[in-house]
Amino acid sequence: MAKVINIQPVTRIEGHAKVAIYLDDAGNVTDTRFHVQTLRGFEKFCEGRPVEEMPRIVCHICGICPWAHHLASSKAGDALFGVTPPPAAVKLRRLMQSIAYVSDKILHFFFLAAPDFVIGPDADYSVRNVIGIVQAAPEIAKQVVHYRHLGAKLLENFAGRAIHPTFSLPGGVSKPMTEKERQEMLPAAKELLEFSKFTMKFAKENVFPKYLDAIKKIGVIKVGYLGTVTADGALDFYDGKLRLMDSDGAYEDFAYDQYVDFLGEHVEPWSYQKFPYAKKWGKLNLDLANPTGVYRTNTLARINVADKMATPLAQAELEEFRAAFGRPAHLTLLYHYARLIEMLQAAEHAVELLEDKEITDPNIRVKIEPREGHGVGCVEAPRGTLIHDYTCDKDGLITSVNLIVGTTHNNAALNLSVNQAAKEFIKEGKYDQGILNKVEMAVRAYDP
Amino acid sequence: MAVPVVEDWLNACSGCEISILNIGDPLLDLLPLLQFTHMTALVDHKFFGQLGDKTVMEIPEATVAIVSGGVRNEEHKHELQEIRKKAKFLVALGSCAAYGGVPAQANMWKNEEVFEKVFRHCVTTEPSPDPKDPSVPLWTPTCQAVDEVVKVDITIPGCPPHPDWIAEALTALLEGKTAWKLPERSVCDTCPVIREKKSGGGPVKRWLQNLEFNPEEGLDKMRCINEQGLLCMGPVTLAGCAGKTGVPRCIQARTPCRGCFGPIRKGANPMVDMISSLSSVGLDPKSLVDRRAMMNRYIGGHGLLRPLPARPVR
Repeated sequence: MAKVINIQPVTRIEGHAKVAIYLDDAGNVTDTRFHVQTLRGFEKFCEGRPVEEMPRIVCHICGICPWAHHLASSKAGDALFGVTPPPAAVKLRRLMQSIAYVSDKILHFFFLAAPDFVIGPDADYSVRNVIGIVQAAPEIAKQVVHYRHLGAKLLENFAGRAIHPTFSLPGGVSKPMTEKERQEMLPAAKELLEFSKFTMKFAKENVFPKYLDAIKKIGVIKVGYLGTVTADGALDFYDGKLRLMDSDGAYEDFAYDQYVDFLGEHVEPWSYQKFPYAKKWGKLNLDLANPTGVYRTNTLARINVADKMATPLAQAELEEFRAAFGRPAHLTLLYHYARLIEMLQAAEHAVELLEDKEITDPNIRVKIEPREGHGVGCVEAPRGTLIHDYTCDKDGLITSVNLIVGTTHNNAALNLSVNQAAKEFIKEGKYDQGILNKVEMAVRAYDP
Repeated sequence: MAVPVVEDWLNACSGCEISILNIGDPLLDLLPLLQFTHMTALVDHKFFGQLGDKTVMEIPEATVAIVSGGVRNEEHKHELQEIRKKAKFLVALGSCAAYGGVPAQANMWKNEEVFEKVFRHCVTTEPSPDPKDPSVPLWTPTCQAVDEVVKVDITIPGCPPHPDWIAEALTALLEGKTAWKLPERSVCDTCPVIREKKSGGGPVKRWLQNLEFNPEEGLDKMRCINEQGLLCMGPVTLAGCAGKTGVPRCIQARTPCRGCFGPIRKGANPMVDMISSLSSVGLDPKSLVDRRAMMNRYIGGHGLLRPLPARPVR
């Protein structure tokens, strides 16, 4: 008999989502949907707010990546008011972002994704979680909790807040770093780098090899990619140009404020989350056999669009990754591998910034003057490119906002991956909780 | 014996859950005492059975339920009511749960105005009808705090709440103490800056340049932010953002407070109190840009923010 399987809520992700799998009379999958059920309305309720307040309002979009929204918004404000923040301000923004990245990668890899790999995809749901890991591998769990928190403490000790920061604003940042603070933070950043190296080694020895088969089956699709690169093609989380790559690896680069020429957003009646697509590739089509307009963001996307990594250890890992999986690499579970390569770059970048004494320059903010204008600010959030597009009136009060953020970019791809995984594993009405978890693993790879 | 706990987020950002993790190393001692029977963030329990074939939402019985986020749609409301039925004690975690939070800024508009913008007036969006499929939960008339819908036993405010308070409140509950709340003090009561009870007077300055301070010196050598002529919500905001030790966290960043812990006393009106506080140091409160939204940034539930009547056409 035809029926619907409702996976609700999708767990070990951030936010409210559910998966519906539709089966026909024979128990085979006819259709699937990845539904996002929450809408908050930031694009409306930011209207009327002073531009200088925006970085500390929009950070509330995401409590896991508040620093990314905070910085994209500051950059939109810089553009709106036509100011260039002093070099030390940019370095401090980059430093905060890098440290936040490392904590975020630890969170996702160990707390959210690892239970599937360390405890096992088919394990009973009651132990397939971080608490299960605490019991199964207490020594590793201790380190994981410690180092994720170390990153948060570094942010908090210097910038007051780890979650929902107030430190960055149009024109620069709110306080400089003293030499004493620099000397205190540097050894801690080096510890984060050591832990990043450990994590990569741990994953390559104990996790990835065991799941090569799963990697080839779960959520596999072939679509395009979007990410940020510097002028010479290196991956950059904070600044650069946007690169849109098609599924065969051909790409076009464009400046932030040209995004409207490249991207559109489709609306489906069954999801509050919109479906961004590459409009130059035609209308959005979610047919699994022949999708059009679909691109992905987040770790694997960035690793694919970048010609190279910006730091040496990350670059060595990228070379090894490319030798094994090519460019662009399409297998969805490789998002996890790419996540750890990025973790290395973020940790290396944090150390590099703290070794640079210029980061303590006291000149950290230029004065801003309200004026009418339009500005687009972008950064790479852990979950993908953030596009913050603001217009304001002569008093510097927001009149219009457009946001395309992190996981929203991946909405179409998430739907395709869920569809693929469901069709791969559910046949003739046969499924169990382990199989349904494999469908969720396709979702978790995107860290939505 | 571990205590069964249900945790979930409603109209939330996950920041409260990250704050739980920010308890840090002591978390490992706390975890074995708590049995998370449902926690969307970390645990794989499903509402409609592990095989997704049930038709009624199943929430496990719990001694403690922790809910972050306010109520923004019918599904949040239903889930919250079900959680309340199953839980002995309900904890509202964070300022969205306590007061509506930042998303309650949407209460300044009618729902249809928000949908009109989001689905028909965003530059990259194909103008489309509102998503109305039955699988998409309808918005409630306003964005509400949790206690507007069900009875709340313990409120841990903050955006996010400090991990010290989360740990303390949970520990209190585990010890059978069912009343916990932050002491009624203001952010100013815990702020070390220099206060002279007067400013340079005139209009409230916008945050267009940084505060005046010497970065090599502590906050005890910096002048009060209101007295520097900028809006700081410290006088009317509940203290506790820096936990048991430490100075208010926004002030530590050399930035003004925006009231994320909410009012000092239940039922207070921070906007009224803040206006008199600004006047008391000689500033002109009427000059503050975007006053209503600024002073109610985290507390727009409980009817504090609502659409303004249409202005008469001149």
